Amino acid sequence: MEHYWQEISALTMRWVRRLSREKFSMLFTLVQPMLFWLIFFGNLFQRAADTQVMQAPNYISFLAAGVVVMTVLNNGLAGGVDLLFDKENGFLERLMSTPIHRTSVILSRFIFVMAITSMQVLVILGVSYLFGVEPATGILGVAMILVIGMMFGVGLTAISMAMAFSVKSHGDFFSVLGFLSLPMIFLSSALVPLTAMPGWMSFLAQFNPMTWAIDAVRPLILSGWSEALPHVGMVIIVMLIFDALCLYGGAKAFRRAMG
Amino acid sequence: MDRTVAIDVSRLCKTYDTHKAVDDLSFQVYAGEIFGLLGPNGAGKSTTLRTLITLLHPTSGTATIMGYDSVREADKVRTVIGYVPQERAIDRFLTGREHLQLLGALYHLSKEEATKRIRELLTLVELEAHADRPAKTYSGGMKRKLDIACGLLPDPKILFLDEPTLGLDVQSRLRIWEYVRMLKARGMTVVMTTNYLDEADQLCDRLAIIDGGKIKTMGSPVELKIALGGDIVSLTLKELDRIPALETELKRQPAITSVRTTTKGLDIRVESPEKALPTILESANRLNCSVEFIQYNRPRLDDVFIAHTGRAITESIPEAESA
Ligand SMILES: Nc1ncnc2c1ncn2[C@@H]1O[C@H](COP(=O)(O)OP(=O)(O)OP(=O)(O)O)[C@@H](O)[C@H]1O
Ligand SMILES: [Mg+2]
Repeated sequence: MEHYWQEISALTMRWVRRLSREKFSMLFTLVQPMLFWLIFFGNLFQRAADTQVMQAPNYISFLAAGVVVMTVLNNGLAGGVDLLFDKENGFLERLMSTPIHRTSVILSRFIFVMAITSMQVLVILGVSYLFGVEPATGILGVAMILVIGMMFGVGLTAISMAMAFSVKSHGDFFSVLGFLSLPMIFLSSALVPLTAMPGWMSFLAQFNPMTWAIDAVRPLILSGWSEALPHVGMVIIVMLIFDALCLYGGAKAFRRAMG
Repeated sequence: MDRTVAIDVSRLCKTYDTHKAVDDLSFQVYAGEIFGLLGPNGAGKSTTLRTLITLLHPTSGTATIMGYDSVREADKVRTVIGYVPQERAIDRFLTGREHLQLLGALYHLSKEEATKRIRELLTLVELEAHADRPAKTYSGGMKRKLDIACGLLPDPKILFLDEPTLGLDVQSRLRIWEYVRMLKARGMTVVMTTNYLDEADQLCDRLAIIDGGKIKTMGSPVELKIALGGDIVSLTLKELDRIPALETELKRQPAITSVRTTTKGLDIRVESPEKALPTILESANRLNCSVEFIQYNRPRLDDVFIAHTGRAITESIPEAESA
């Protein structure tokens, strides 16, 4: 157990060090593009968006929940990239030839991705606050938002790592990634509520775990506990199932790749 | 020499999809020796090594490392080995020291122990001056040295080196050979792959020549050369069209073991040069072949390789075989 902890903290430290060495990418990670979505998209569509349909005082407060979950989505889906590079340049092989627990590398990646994601979510909520969006459920609500984000992020990161272990080339990896992420966003309630979508889109969006996450985060920001709680309960169940499926798939891919 | 068996490989096979990368290998590595796997690109050297270090599961057959089974007791195996992969497995963003610190934690060394060993290793591979620069600023040779330091960090009983000198300049190669000899002197067992004949010849106590996933022959470099049976007389002829006639003539002589055509003449294998040389020259005279150049060689490892695989190591694998 002590060994396990020593391995995981050293491996997590490595991800932190890598990020801190890449000054440029660190800047983009922290002030990340999702923030621009919030600021520009949120303010741009202010007039175009119908607050009746949105059920929100303004578009930016409606969008905040979507941007929070989109951040989780992007980080999660990109979570396996570094492992992909490690696999391709042989570093992963070097790590796996040491007497570490087989899950240490993966766990360190989960910890790192979740930590970065949480920080970004907090930055986004902070910036929304500057635009006058005050979470209706307070600090506890923010904590709940982080929990939902983590639960969704774990599954996504597992998918990303599973892909990293199974693809033949990193070209494949990035194509699949691009192919997955946009439909996930548009077929969800991130940008418009389901009620404002064409029928077929709102139908598909119901099967998107992202919709469930957003539908729970949004009342936590906009309305208050009484409205949010049923959604929160629901999303926890959905995410447990989602995570179980993703982790199962991820474990299979990992076992196949690592013999 | 101590003949304790350090590694025992028995009927090892590894198949990728339908391609047999390693086909029924059996060999033993003795404790304290430098054992080489010599073969051309794609021979299955790295695949064999990866199986021994527990990263690949054999399709069939077994490998035992210090008495531990590579599949069932993989955890135990990993505590007694060090590995230097073929590719430069380096994280560009970490410094040399950080690489070693990371591995120190993965081998569960205490802080003090790790610091001490890291200092020793950096001195050994002469990287102290560069230890705190990110590895992306290292030259190829420096990366290789860091690779080797990483492999040595656990102070392994067996060190696995996959093509340790690939792409290095002559000086760096010689340095690495020195390290390897020094490690052996300290009692370490070393298993290495190479496709350099001179490296195998100079460095390895014993070697297995592998090609197409199979062992073609195995033994010490000297044994392998002796086993070829005799020395080689190389003739360079002025008139190349006379080569076949001379070849047929020489093949009939009892003093001559075998004859092989080369691009400019003949390689003639003989038991004893004193008896054979007059015969060769006499035959050449009789057939009016003017000899431009004559050279006498003890067999080289190149000749061993050609004799067992039917081609020089630099010649690429015929399409049909590699497909
Ligand atoms: N992951 C893999 N999937 C499919 N085929 C593979 C894989 N790894 C190796 N091979 C094939 O197995 C054979 C042996 O490969 P291996 O890497 O062991 O050769 P090698 O002797 O180390 O060659 P080199 O000198 O080029 O390093 C090759 O034909 C190679 O194409
Ligand atoms: Mg190789």
